Amino acid sequence: MEKPVNQRAWILVIPVLLLVAFSSILPMMTVVNYSFQDTFGENIFFWVGLEWYRELLHSERLWDALGRQMLFSAIILSIEIPLGILVALNMPKKGVWASVCLVLMSLPLLIPYNVVGTIWQIFGRVDIGLLGRLMSDLGISYNYSQNAFDAWVTVVVMDVWHWTSLVALLSYAGLRSIPNAYYQATKIDQASRWSVFRYIELPKMQGVLMIAILLRFMDSFMIYTEPFVLTGGGPGNVTTFLSIDLVKMALGQFDLGPAAAFSLMYYLVILLISYVFYTVMVSIDKSEAKQ
Amino acid sequence: MSADQPVNQTTRIRSKPRIKSSAIIVTLYLIFLLVPIYWLVNMSFKSNAEILNTFTLFPDDFTLDNYRTILTDPSWYMGYINSLTYVLLNTVISLAVALPAAYAFSRYRFFGDNHLFFWLLTNRMAPPAVFALPFFQLYSSVSLFDTHIAVALAHCLFNVPLAVWILEGFMRGVPREIDETAFIDGFGFTHFFTKIFIPMIAPGIGVTAFFCFMFSWVELLLSRTLTSVDAKPITAIMTRTVSASGLDWGVLAAAGVLTIIPGAIVIYFVRNHIAKGFALGRV
Repeated sequence: MEKPVNQRAWILVIPVLLLVAFSSILPMMTVVNYSFQDTFGENIFFWVGLEWYRELLHSERLWDALGRQMLFSAIILSIEIPLGILVALNMPKKGVWASVCLVLMSLPLLIPYNVVGTIWQIFGRVDIGLLGRLMSDLGISYNYSQNAFDAWVTVVVMDVWHWTSLVALLSYAGLRSIPNAYYQATKIDQASRWSVFRYIELPKMQGVLMIAILLRFMDSFMIYTEPFVLTGGGPGNVTTFLSIDLVKMALGQFDLGPAAAFSLMYYLVILLISYVFYTVMVSIDKSEAKQ
Repeated sequence: MSADQPVNQTTRIRSKPRIKSSAIIVTLYLIFLLVPIYWLVNMSFKSNAEILNTFTLFPDDFTLDNYRTILTDPSWYMGYINSLTYVLLNTVISLAVALPAAYAFSRYRFFGDNHLFFWLLTNRMAPPAVFALPFFQLYSSVSLFDTHIAVALAHCLFNVPLAVWILEGFMRGVPREIDETAFIDGFGFTHFFTKIFIPMIAPGIGVTAFFCFMFSWVELLLSRTLTSVDAKPITAIMTRTVSASGLDWGVLAAAGVLTIIPGAIVIYFVRNHIAKGFALGRV
């Protein structure tokens, strides 16, 4: 059923509009302001035009952080999406065990981000951690605070631990919406497990998987707290992702101009990619509504 | 009877391994999730000496001292009170403004509705790191720095869009005939909304409140940037302890366990809606 057009509905939206404008547009404007100006302190600013942008586009620091960020997002997406689907396919459909699974799987999602970092710090440390001890007992040299590769593996495993359940829960919700008649039909046709997945389950999960990919991409692209607590961006710079670098620049060194230009470009990249996802998502929604 | 026997056996043989393999996969995954949490809980019951000098899978010398430290030292327990204060403030504000807006989006079309809806989502996508510095300056300039309300308002940046999206998802499920019947029966909008509509979507409001609470509770960067002493949240206090030398791992672990408890308690009630909440009402 089509929704009726009613311009007075705007009145109901105004409080949200004002509040979000106050907490988003107003600060954003100061960022835009800074990105075109330089200061010698004491609130004296002068116009530098596109200077900061030009400098940033040629700075290795930004490109390195961006490269690490892209790599990180790509790795965790390629692990979490298949793993989440696998777990969802194997979860019990109903009964007590379904509830138990749902509750236990949700647990990591609700832990404060810095506690996630702390948990893995305590878990992975060579001197006091279960994982670190186990590794050294097995004769595998492992130290996430010294070795770059170990640091990466730990940060990736931590993210998989933290967020795979999100993909699993969304896929599970998508699977639950498949009517039983579909499965009965596949039994009559004696379809293989793979073709059931490929032609029935996967198409039905398409919508939720898009949301899962969108959310995981967005959140992994702005990850800050977990690696900050675990490795502090180190050893060296190897786990310094965009947000960590930006906070270092803005609040640590107080380089307002470059940090502002950095912020805007960062935001625009996320916005652009998310817009693509969103458009695909809406078109899937529409084609599903037509069916 | 005897003819049925072989059929039963073959089906049992065929279905048995599949049930087993799926149980194994899920069990392995759950173990992977729970082992790090078990280690945290294990640590929180050990004394610092035991943590550093011996390696034990269960506390040898079971102690509640770490929890006692947190619950008696104001610089620790005030962190929980501060966090709870701004989280509750934020939840109330987010719900209050999001309810009417979600109703408008779910019931009517109006000028710019789709763009507005997407623009709201973009705020959920905005990296908090981008907003840390401007928020610091904005709230300092209106002298709200280091107050609970500043953090509550800052978290509205992502919680208000979240609330609007989730609530819209729930409201779409309520047939519009109910509104129309109520209006024909002579209910005014406010009366209808508060007396009829809100009770109808009470579960949705509960789930939304849970998610606002959760996302405000888990956030660190903005709440740390906007506070120094009076409104310092527990999450920031924990990172301060990490950076100081002479770490008290036991107390840190106990503090971590205490931050998990609020979510762990409520999780059971929202388990069937949790996917919807994380998917911004889109499932």
